[in-house]
Amino acid sequence: MSESFDVLLVGIGGQGIILASNILGEACIAEGRSVKGAETHGMAQRGGSVEGHIRIDGKFGPLVPPGSARLIIAFDMLEALRYAHFLAPGGTIVSNNRFVVPTSVYMQGAPVPDEAAIRERLSSRPLCVVDAEGIAGEAGNPLSQNVAMIGAASRFLPLKPASLLGAVEKLVPKKTVETNRRAFEMGRAAGERCGGGKAGA
Amino acid sequence: MKTQYLLGNEAIAYGCLEAPVDFVTGYPGTPSSEVVEVLRDVPDRDYYLEWSVNEKVALENALAAAWCGLRAICTMKHVGLNVAADALMTSAYTGVTGGLVVMSADDPFAHSSQNEQDSRCYALFSRLPCLDPSTIQEAHDMARDAFALSEQFSLPVILRPTTRVCHSKGDTVTGERARSTRKGEFHRDPRQYVVIPAHTRALHPKLNEKQPAIRKALVERGYNTAVIRGPLAVVASGIAAAYVQEVLPADVSLIKIGAYPVDEEWLAAQVSRHEKVLVIEELHPVVEETVRQVAKGVPVSGKKDGVVPYEGELSTAAVAAIMKSFGITPTQAYPAVAPVADLPQRPPILCAGCMHRPVFYAMRRVFRDGIYPSDIGCYTLGLQLGAVDTTICMGAAVTIGSGISHAGEERDVVATIGDSTFFHSGIPGLLNAVYNGARMVLVILDNRITAMTGHQPNPGTGVTVCGAAAPQVSIETICRACGVSWVETVDPYDLASLMATLRAAKEQPGVKVVIARQPCVITARRANLRRGRFEVDPGVCTACGVCIGFGCPAIEKRDEKAFITGLCSGCGVCAQICPAGAIRKETRTEGSR
Repeated sequence: MSESFDVLLVGIGGQGIILASNILGEACIAEGRSVKGAETHGMAQRGGSVEGHIRIDGKFGPLVPPGSARLIIAFDMLEALRYAHFLAPGGTIVSNNRFVVPTSVYMQGAPVPDEAAIRERLSSRPLCVVDAEGIAGEAGNPLSQNVAMIGAASRFLPLKPASLLGAVEKLVPKKTVETNRRAFEMGRAAGERCGGGKAGA
Repeated sequence: MKTQYLLGNEAIAYGCLEAPVDFVTGYPGTPSSEVVEVLRDVPDRDYYLEWSVNEKVALENALAAAWCGLRAICTMKHVGLNVAADALMTSAYTGVTGGLVVMSADDPFAHSSQNEQDSRCYALFSRLPCLDPSTIQEAHDMARDAFALSEQFSLPVILRPTTRVCHSKGDTVTGERARSTRKGEFHRDPRQYVVIPAHTRALHPKLNEKQPAIRKALVERGYNTAVIRGPLAVVASGIAAAYVQEVLPADVSLIKIGAYPVDEEWLAAQVSRHEKVLVIEELHPVVEETVRQVAKGVPVSGKKDGVVPYEGELSTAAVAAIMKSFGITPTQAYPAVAPVADLPQRPPILCAGCMHRPVFYAMRRVFRDGIYPSDIGCYTLGLQLGAVDTTICMGAAVTIGSGISHAGEERDVVATIGDSTFFHSGIPGLLNAVYNGARMVLVILDNRITAMTGHQPNPGTGVTVCGAAAPQVSIETICRACGVSWVETVDPYDLASLMATLRAAKEQPGVKVVIARQPCVITARRANLRRGRFEVDPGVCTACGVCIGFGCPAIEKRDEKAFITGLCSGCGVCAQICPAGAIRKETRTEGSR
């Protein structure tokens, strides 16, 4: 009955996940498709682990069931691993190459997570790693990392790039439209290098 | 009519505009806050709008407007309805002339709340109609129509969305904004508005007499519906109904409850057409209890026989599993998957440069064996810093503190409360503590804003929700007026002064108030306040770990030594606590990461 394309966006409060999920939602509206989504507001946003659910063509509940996401967009690689169980068989994870070590790890003297180990544990799934910070910096605005991530993910989304770009232009501050457009295009190229050449038509 | 991608709370606000609403009040609380904020952002507002100091105040203001014939909405989170309950219960007796909608947003799973109470119980308790949307579209339509429903029965209407309605998004069809044209006018009618016993004894039966017509109207308006398809039925309410619809087989009936009170005759007729029924709803078994009352021998499953949980929130996957255990095969099967087990948690944390952190740090050093009652706000995160011993409800830091002191506890009681929470319900507790001779320190964490719920202004901010200048109410003056003779204000970024002030407070008798004042670091950043970052000199750092223990998210360990990241906002407190003097203002021009 449900034929939605489910996407989970994960990261840390303050990384711009709500804006990123709004880009997907607005792109659905532009294409005349139904969409449902859910996001984290309130105290959890204070540097905590946050998730955004987007169900493209969704008609019912807003939550992506675990094991059902066709795409996970992770703004932090540690969060990619935390939510990896949401991925459906055959789904893809598009992840930022960076991760922030939770402050509590240092405070408690716990072992600091290791990038190679995180990559290794993610590697059993189709994984596209993106240097969002590098792209955003090159695009001209470090705050455009979230748009760079959407650009990279766009190769794996059943939404037209033009719809996504239109949503970016609608949602970002006017004076940052150009840098965000560049971040999107450069992110998209990075996604293509991951082998995401098929979707997005 | 147009289709937009809206947040549930935005959709509710749009519904209010279409009604149209004339009067808006509320107290911020997740997941309810955005309704007032969206209504604030509407160009050329023609309705009154306020952030009130608490939910009781908000509801009474809105009730007065409704008595004057205006259409009013009052928004709050579920626990706010406890604060407003005094007014709510009797407003059912007095009724209203203009439509009054009380939006109380429930929070199954307590994503941002101290409990999982169910506002529908207040509806039953007060005998007020209650609307329970299952989707954003329904939330919009219900908000739009609730004012007319309220006017039809001259009763306030409770609108009860849950977190997954308020904070979910979806394609939503909205209509034209209507213009508010009503002008409030109070018509004196003591038998309606003065609830002395003689009057209230007459008003109570009137409330009861309205009930059968309300029950019928809620079915006629299409809020409570039944689609009969086979011998088995699922009865579902609120967002659970959306989850059920996603996985319900075509041969199972759906009885959907979107409003209360439920017409029992109607419900009995629907239930009786089935061999057995399953009731799926979040939180309290409100629908289930009614179904069981009318089932007359039809077996009913739900919470009471352990098929549906009493606690937490549901989801499509959870509902599918519930159906399966009842004997309905859901149309979708969801794999049993588990998260990886051994990842470090990432709980929310006080921001880099948050003014609360040095206060907790100093409190723990000056009052080493102190007892730390606290309250509701960002600063509840001081739990992670070992400086929060109690949190129960708004304003209770003060009263739990005075209670502990009166209970015979001899250790120092050092309570913390935020500015907005102090205005909300901390003041009566302080007055009481002074009056009854408590022995405690109250630290008011004054960041000039209601931060946790999204930076809403309050009486200390100097501006109203609409951006108009307002008197900046002096917390010092309020405390002195409550009878506190020792009130000191300190900059929490100045650690030496902060510690000295706390030490001085420790020596004083009675109730002492320390006001720690510094703007919220997020509002300061938005106001373009730049302090410059700090950095660690690795040659001087002894890797002692003192700054790491401070718990600032801008401080990491690199090669065993401390390292300050680009999150630093320049509060400089870490430089004051570093025993080696290794932290100083950054001299590099580039950011450090």
